[in-house]
Amino acid sequence: MIALRGVCKTFDGGASYAVRDVSLEVPARTFVAVVGDSGSGKTTLLKTINRLIEPEAGEVRIDGEPVRSVPPHELRRRIGYVFQGVGLFPHLSIAENIGITPQLAGWPGDAIRARVEELIDLVCLPRTYLARMPAELSGGQRQRVGIARALAARPAIVLMDEPFGALDPVTRDALGGECRRLHESMQLTTVMVTHDILEAVLLADRIVVMRRGRVVADGEPHELLAGHPDPAVSTLMDMPRRQAARVRSLLEERAARE
Amino acid sequence: MSDPLHSALAVLPDYLSQHVLLSAAALALGIALSVPLLIAARHSARLRWPVLAAASLIQTVPSIALLALFYPLLLGLSRLTDRLFGVRFQALGFLPSLLALTLYSILPILRNGVTAVLNLDPAILQAAHGVGMTSRQRLLRVELPLAAPMLMAGVRTSAVWVIGTATLATPVGQTSLGNYIFTGLQLANWVWVLFGCAAAVVLALVTDQLLALIEFGLARRRPRLAWLGLCLLVAGVAAAAAVPLTASRRAGFVVGAKNFTEQYILAALIASRLRATGHPVTERTGLGSTLAFQALAANELSVYVDYTGTLWHDDLHHGSDPPRAKMLSALRTQLRRRYGIVLLGPLGYENAYVLAMRRRQAAALGIRTIGDLARFAPQFALGGDLEFFARPVWHDLKRRYGLHFRALRQYEPAFMYHALMSGAVNVIAAFSSDGRIAEDHLVVLKDPLHVIPPYDAVILLSPRAAHDPALRRALEPLIDHIPIGLMRHANFMADRRHDKRTPRQAERWLAHAAHLR
Repeated sequence: MIALRGVCKTFDGGASYAVRDVSLEVPARTFVAVVGDSGSGKTTLLKTINRLIEPEAGEVRIDGEPVRSVPPHELRRRIGYVFQGVGLFPHLSIAENIGITPQLAGWPGDAIRARVEELIDLVCLPRTYLARMPAELSGGQRQRVGIARALAARPAIVLMDEPFGALDPVTRDALGGECRRLHESMQLTTVMVTHDILEAVLLADRIVVMRRGRVVADGEPHELLAGHPDPAVSTLMDMPRRQAARVRSLLEERAARE
Repeated sequence: MSDPLHSALAVLPDYLSQHVLLSAAALALGIALSVPLLIAARHSARLRWPVLAAASLIQTVPSIALLALFYPLLLGLSRLTDRLFGVRFQALGFLPSLLALTLYSILPILRNGVTAVLNLDPAILQAAHGVGMTSRQRLLRVELPLAAPMLMAGVRTSAVWVIGTATLATPVGQTSLGNYIFTGLQLANWVWVLFGCAAAVVLALVTDQLLALIEFGLARRRPRLAWLGLCLLVAGVAAAAAVPLTASRRAGFVVGAKNFTEQYILAALIASRLRATGHPVTERTGLGSTLAFQALAANELSVYVDYTGTLWHDDLHHGSDPPRAKMLSALRTQLRRRYGIVLLGPLGYENAYVLAMRRRQAAALGIRTIGDLARFAPQFALGGDLEFFARPVWHDLKRRYGLHFRALRQYEPAFMYHALMSGAVNVIAAFSSDGRIAEDHLVVLKDPLHVIPPYDAVILLSPRAAHDPALRRALEPLIDHIPIGLMRHANFMADRRHDKRTPRQAERWLAHAAHLR
């Protein structure tokens, strides 16, 4: 379980706060989507979990243990991390990219090889790709490798920062589905930051809405879709509902004509 | 010079190996300094700016000045460590050249490295932390490998600069391919000058290509190619290191020479006499005038020939001139007392500064003395060697005869005569023992006020060499045995345009003619 308590982060010495007094609990095996506009603090909040950002105040615990008590690199080897820029190492092959965290953690070579092959299958890429370099892959293929790399060291927690932002809609939908499948099959605890509310509704067990560094809504998708006292949240959640209704009516019209 | 190409090839192993060792050491030290600087400065703009600014500033200092400045610096340092710990080191030759070239090598490596590191994709750097790398792992596994191709490009630039600039190490006493260029320039031996240039260019190109091989291997992830390039480079340096070892050039005597023909001939004469005693002998030629003196005082040279007037004014900083005999005896006691240098004795001829003109122009204008010259000086240009206009003798001439020239021009001695004959200057400050005075049919102007001090050639021994009886025995026969006519002819043999001889051939002729063998 991930628990944040009173987390604050400022980048300008306290003149403004990117994250302001956020408390949040993510139970094990939950898929949580954090949504909000750009600048709402969602990415900052995510990075406090694996200490890519250290908060000024408050505390983050994983399974009851404060993250500050673990050296950052060891903490990060236990937490998968996927982000929009993908960040594959251009000088390493696909196999070396996927196997990097197990290698850093000192796994034996055979175990790394076996794990890399298992993962390339899991993210649905042919094994012949293992010898290739990142530059030879398409954007969607690269992000599949990014997901495989994040899962390589068998983390219990996966953090995803706008993982599908740069992809075309078809690839985006396919990869989203696969992430959810992997989340289930590997019994992960997933926190995904996205600005796409539809994606959040379709993939997550729970949606956290942030605005100006604060959490303004937190609930299961169907609860939030049913309405929220905050007018901005209500407008936000209205969008997927309207889109779904429009699609449904288009399909019904066509069925009626036929 | 009967076969300049042959004589150039004969010394190539020595010159090339020393050039390679110097360049390789400077480049290795440059890399060893700039990579840690790069690592420290890469994430700190506060450190990066001053480090890059300092490296750029060093680059703007003229290379020959940087090389020259390290000599007094190291000499002072050597005296200090001697006083504190009883340890002395060589301030002439390898060390100042190494330090200056190292400073030169830093900028390209550092600038390319900083550019490469700053242009790394931030997503990749973040990913490095995201997958659980420590800062050290990120540096070694991500930043340096990604920056390596560009860093290597910097190393290549640096290598080419260092190899080119190392030719300038000759005037501070470090043998290099520059010896071809400086000696060739001095003796108007253009084959040597070209040979030196070509050798430096070929060395730079070969090094650059081997480094390019390493760069290619790194960029394309073909480690075998990178290793091949590295092994070939190391093999080249090792081969260069083996040459001085086989030549067993350690210990023994070091004979110095300043940068003109007569000095090359006399150094060759002294060296051949010392070699006959069975001791190993090294020649360090092409030194600056006062540099040679200081090097002798510091025991870095064993022996060289200097001139009384130069010693009196430039090295002991006296004002007025005593008569010849008195100057010689005063020099003898003062050099010994102040520096421990022993004045072994005069060679028997004088090489004074003289003002010389083309015979036809002097005759047409009726100029016979420097006094006559004063009237025409405002329309004339005067040419001097690189040191003349800074010497007290020039200030005295100017003041006593009221000389005001239209222009003053400085030349390498070899070019000065060409400048006079081509009319670029009307008068030159020539040397009285110079063979070219006769060859070019110049007229030497009289000095009725006796402003120009005596410049008797004298053998000087370093404090350490002075106690060596073998050395003294070998050189004492030279005292008062070289008349001006023979010296002038020997100089002429090496300077003339037709049937030119090497300094060594001229030395053999001189030794024979003066009944020294």
